[in-house]
Amino acid sequence: MNSISAGVSNRRGFDLKNFAANNGALIGLIVLAVIMAVASPAFLSGQNLINIGEQVATIAILAFGMTFVIVAAGIDLSVGSVAALSAMASASMVANWGLPDMLTIVAGLVVGAVTGAVTGVAAAYGKLPAFIASLAMMSVARGLTMVISDGRPVAAPGQMAALGGDLGPVPVPIVVLVIAGLIATFILRFTVAGAYMYAVGGNIEAARLSGIPVKRIVVLVFVLSGAFAGLAGMVTAGRLDSVQPTIGTGAELDAIAAVVIGGASLSGGVGRISGTLVGALVLAVIRNGLNLLNVSPFWQQVVIGVVIAIAVLFDVIRRKNARL
Amino acid sequence: MSEPLMQLRNVSKSFGSVRVIEDVSVAIHPGQVTVLLGENGAGKSTLIKMMSGIYQPDSGEIIVDGTRVHLPHVKAAERLGIATIHQELNLVPTMTVAQNISLGREPRRFGVVDRKELARIARDAMDRIGMDLDPSANLGDMGVARQQLVEVAKALSLDARILILDEPTAALTGTESAALFAVIDELKARGVGMVFISHHMDEIARVGDSVVVLRDGHAVAEVPAATPEDELVRLMVGRELSEQFPRRPRRRDDEAEEMLCVRGVSTGELVYDVSFSVYRGEVVGIAGLVGAGRTELIRAIAGAEKRTGSVTIAGQDLPAGDVATAVRAGIGHVPEDRKNQGLVLDASITNNIGYATVGSTAKAGMVDRAGQRRRAQDVSAKLRVRMRDIDQHVRDLSGGNQQKVVFARWVAAGSRVLLLDEPTRGVDVGAKVEIYELIKEVTDAGGAVVLVSSELPEVLGMSDRILVMSEGRISGELSTEQATEDSVMALAVSNSRSDASAERAIHTLERETREQA
Repeated sequence: MNSISAGVSNRRGFDLKNFAANNGALIGLIVLAVIMAVASPAFLSGQNLINIGEQVATIAILAFGMTFVIVAAGIDLSVGSVAALSAMASASMVANWGLPDMLTIVAGLVVGAVTGAVTGVAAAYGKLPAFIASLAMMSVARGLTMVISDGRPVAAPGQMAALGGDLGPVPVPIVVLVIAGLIATFILRFTVAGAYMYAVGGNIEAARLSGIPVKRIVVLVFVLSGAFAGLAGMVTAGRLDSVQPTIGTGAELDAIAAVVIGGASLSGGVGRISGTLVGALVLAVIRNGLNLLNVSPFWQQVVIGVVIAIAVLFDVIRRKNARL
Repeated sequence: MSEPLMQLRNVSKSFGSVRVIEDVSVAIHPGQVTVLLGENGAGKSTLIKMMSGIYQPDSGEIIVDGTRVHLPHVKAAERLGIATIHQELNLVPTMTVAQNISLGREPRRFGVVDRKELARIARDAMDRIGMDLDPSANLGDMGVARQQLVEVAKALSLDARILILDEPTAALTGTESAALFAVIDELKARGVGMVFISHHMDEIARVGDSVVVLRDGHAVAEVPAATPEDELVRLMVGRELSEQFPRRPRRRDDEAEEMLCVRGVSTGELVYDVSFSVYRGEVVGIAGLVGAGRTELIRAIAGAEKRTGSVTIAGQDLPAGDVATAVRAGIGHVPEDRKNQGLVLDASITNNIGYATVGSTAKAGMVDRAGQRRRAQDVSAKLRVRMRDIDQHVRDLSGGNQQKVVFARWVAAGSRVLLLDEPTRGVDVGAKVEIYELIKEVTDAGGAVVLVSSELPEVLGMSDRILVMSEGRISGELSTEQATEDSVMALAVSNSRSDASAERAIHTLERETREQA
């Protein structure tokens, strides 16, 4: 039984009502999938499902990183820009500094982690609100991406391009998604750092007075968010076969939406990686389904906005009922 | 007897499958104070929430001025002249005192807030409780006690006919409470009917007229407020509570080892040059008025606040502002505000008990989940935490049981020096006695305890020695034999003005200059 994450029933045996209350997003996803499957026969085709998997990969990887931050009651607006900066910096190092190709991915992860560390230090030690620190980094990272590339796309190095390739019938982004999800789940559920993230997000003062190193935890969640963003950026670049300086623009909002649809609370202390994955899938299924149904992309934005509002509304109602 | 202002007749209320109030009747008469007495979880809060329109009874009726009414929300109750002062403060810390007092009904002139009128209303309201606060001061800059008084002033300014006071004195010192009781007397004379909840048994005879005793959601008795305390406690807990304070072997033996040594500790403000020691097996009480610096001293020792001076635990020097090292050295800190500083309310009992040990028991960075759970179960059983199960959220526990969870964290961590800041605030009599027993167990096992409390009987009953603080300094030390309520209060109000205050003024000036630089 997952005693770390909040909202988990501890009754023995299967309780449908409880399951539904705690997995609203999953049920929403299933309902959505059924509707799409009925509305469009193409939805359930193998190729389309693989498309959804590819589309979901980058948002889900960003959102995994975001989950750490939100569980610790923070927010990271910089992930879209950091994704671009990490991929661009890594590709440029290979192209201009002669960085060995095999170190491409490591370099991208390091750039993401270091960028996240800067945001985290500003938030934890500089006492900037996470919102402001990451908003500043969003601008700085995007700017640096443009400076490095002079605003032009750079070819993806071999390793990075491989991230967009296939492994047998399965696209590599899906493999990366699964591995990233397992790592994130492991960190949140089984490590001391993960337990501390929930404590810091639940009540930072109580955590501090219990001897938990709250500042280091705040830095750590931003480091993880940055590294996951770096990975997402390189996967995106791999799929495009080139690093566009504009990749990840606006992606931070999709990532936040996925985390929140997945049941995390923006006030911290609550959230699961599995929920975040479901949240990302909800977004991807809606976009994919509406495309299949030839709904204009303009209307898609309207639908997604409404879905986010409904998802969070349900969550608020559920929590209110649980409290009484 | 006069016609009651308000009556609850045979009301019941359930949440889910839990019946919290069953068939309870209460009457409030003009000019009288009805005391609701019961342990935490007995249903007092639910009952007053039905009076103030927050909850609606499942069955039974509410009668105001002889007419049956329905109170769908708080505004409906307020329109009938029912005002409530809740246990939790309903104030906006970023606003001024005056803004808070008129919150939601700001006086207007030409469509904008009339600032002069706002200040006048605030001053009037505070005059009525004999408080002298600057109406333009920021509420958030004040201590809990003062904020509570602002809340009282706010409710009084509503001109309520029926005033519900849910533990209004929980955060007040004796003097502040006395001021509030004087106001209650005045309101009685003006015919206001009141409902009063308090865990301080001695206050019942002082303010009350009749007492309704609640136990497990039932009204078990209605007795005059003059009923002896023993009898009231017996009615409330349904059994005899022999002695409140456990007998401890007083007077430490001279061989006892020094556990905690505090030398020359000062914080930026509020604590100046404090030195004292606590020996193995000893309880040292710290008394003083609210604002005397007791909480800040405790926090400085625990590493939660910056300080100068030295703190050593069994010879080990503790760096300033480092909670983790203090915890490892054996300090356990039970902070004054358990909800905001002690607990993660929406996390499980297991997790809350485990925060201080999750790191030290981990293997290769991985949480020892089975072990943490087992330890939490052992400790909560030992401390008799009443709960449904160990994965339950702490939010759903009663105040006394929440406090036991904070204690349990340090028992699980094997802390040798416990710093207790108002450990029994908002805790019912039964749980209080259990907390006293716990303190005894800690000292019996060779631990040391520093006990800060605004309840003098508690400090006198539990401590081996009492340090009294006044304006950030220790103004005196009393042995158990010397200590009486009078001798403690005399020291608590003694201001070491003259040299000391001059020194402090310079100190403050220096600090401000530094901050500006």
